[in-house]
Amino acid sequence: MAQMKFMCDAERCIECNGCVTACKNANDVEWGIQRRRVVTLNDGEADEMSISVACMHCDDAPCMAVCPTDCFYKTDDGIVLHDKDLCIGCGYCLYACPFGAPQFPQQNAFGERGKMDKCTFCAGGPAESKEEEYEKYGANRIAEGKLPLCAEMCSTKALLAGDAQEVADIFRQRVVHRGHEDGAWSNNQRASADNLAYDAARKG
Amino acid sequence: MNLIRSDLWRWLCLALALVASVGFTQLAMAQADPEREMTTAAPAIDADQWRQVRSGETGANYRDSRADSNYNLINASGETWRQLRNRWVSPYGLIVVLGMAGVITLFYLIIGSKHLDEERTGKKLFRWSLFIRSLHWTVASLFIVLALTGLNLLYGKFVFRTLFGDAFWASMISGSKLLHNYLGPIFGILLVVLLLKLLKDNMPKKHDLEWFKKGGGLIGKGHVDAGFANGGEKAWYWLLATVGLLVIASGFVLDFPNYGQGRDTMQWANIIHAVGALGLTAVSLGHIYIGTLGTEGSLEAMTTGYVDETWAKEHHNLWYDEVKDQALSEEEVAAQKGTKGTGDTAPSQPS
Ligand code: SF4
Ligand code: SF4
Repeated sequence: MAQMKFMCDAERCIECNGCVTACKNANDVEWGIQRRRVVTLNDGEADEMSISVACMHCDDAPCMAVCPTDCFYKTDDGIVLHDKDLCIGCGYCLYACPFGAPQFPQQNAFGERGKMDKCTFCAGGPAESKEEEYEKYGANRIAEGKLPLCAEMCSTKALLAGDAQEVADIFRQRVVHRGHEDGAWSNNQRASADNLAYDAARKG
Repeated sequence: MNLIRSDLWRWLCLALALVASVGFTQLAMAQADPEREMTTAAPAIDADQWRQVRSGETGANYRDSRADSNYNLINASGETWRQLRNRWVSPYGLIVVLGMAGVITLFYLIIGSKHLDEERTGKKLFRWSLFIRSLHWTVASLFIVLALTGLNLLYGKFVFRTLFGDAFWASMISGSKLLHNYLGPIFGILLVVLLLKLLKDNMPKKHDLEWFKKGGGLIGKGHVDAGFANGGEKAWYWLLATVGLLVIASGFVLDFPNYGQGRDTMQWANIIHAVGALGLTAVSLGHIYIGTLGTEGSLEAMTTGYVDETWAKEHHNLWYDEVKDQALSEEEVAAQKGTKGTGDTAPSQPS
């Protein structure tokens, strides 16, 4: 079975927000909620970098572990989904989530949270009918054999979505070709001695 | 004339294009030079940036495309909160609450309730006004509802979801949350009023120390000195006045997310709230036991407002000495209640 993962190649992301827009569009997400966001660090400085984040469909998902209603479940594809009928809007998943993925509509008094909403990897969620599913969770592109629209639309292919192994392979190739002393996003202590990727780029 | 003019234009354009293309070639050649490229390209993403992200630092040049987001890229404290809650608060909270229930049950089975040593005299002393009694029972009922719904939020999923199925569980847990969130603030305000009303009676005195040394009379023979409130009651009072207020304050932080408090604040508020509330729940079991099954003659103080003389003498001897001349017979009490209807104006409440 596939293990679905997102991966954003921060060296490619140009902060165009195409993924954010694609997601909004594909899932008809309600007003005030934005399942995907682009974060830019050190904007305008030499080491500026951007990365697109949404739910990362964690293996050992913290949201799942803390939810008082136990409304999360993992699909066979490793996608973390939740049942809005069970959600009580307590916000615990937001406290625990490493990526700030869960969001809440705030139409009630005293800022009381509505039902949690987050990225579904375009895999919909539990519902009686297709219409209800779309209404509550947005598109189910996975059921149609398609990958999440954000990654499909990404103009620089910075944002990758798919089976973890394939995503990793693509990224590994990129690292080898462009060369990077420590393989990007890692902290290789032996970078100077062990810079195979760097060499490959130099010689190729 | 026109022909010549257009020829001239064509020629000019060609010249311009030539000049431009020379420029472009130079540019293209410059870009092909890897060394020069290295000096102008954005630096690669490296471990330092990863550390910056992990530290949660955002800084002035941090941007988030989500409209109202005040979050950093990675919520590093989320995992700490998860571990604290799931590994420590949940299991130990259960042990404390169930342990307390077990100890009380054992105590009741082995030692049993505390009966009055002497016969009741039938004469009554006024102890709690109707106002205090109503407040007490309102706060008490709210406390019980909050404790049960709170326990359900923490442990319910392990029991009721499998037991009753999704549909029932959905309404049970959302009902719990609604009750907890809406009754919580009412409880908070009323508890503060109650604490203020009882402050004077609960100021610590020297004889309270003695009361604790003798375990409230459990250790050694004879009764220990106690005024209107004994050492145990005062301890419960001050527990509510400290931990209780913390629980209320942290509850407000959690209950009103519309003031823009961050995730980190709410994580801490949640831990404080849960630890404090579980502790109070455990101790409240003791309070409930002592006030009902555990001690003969105590409950009627909070229901009728009056206690028997014997009860006062045995449990609150110093208070008894102060008010013994105000004892009323059953008929007088009935008359008091009949005429005033409240019992509020019965002999002045001593301190
Ligand atoms: S909501 Fe957050 S914690 Fe849950 S799977 Fe997604 S990224 Fe992980
Ligand atoms: S907000 Fe909903 S999904 Fe999140 S932890 Fe609470 S009940 Fe679960």
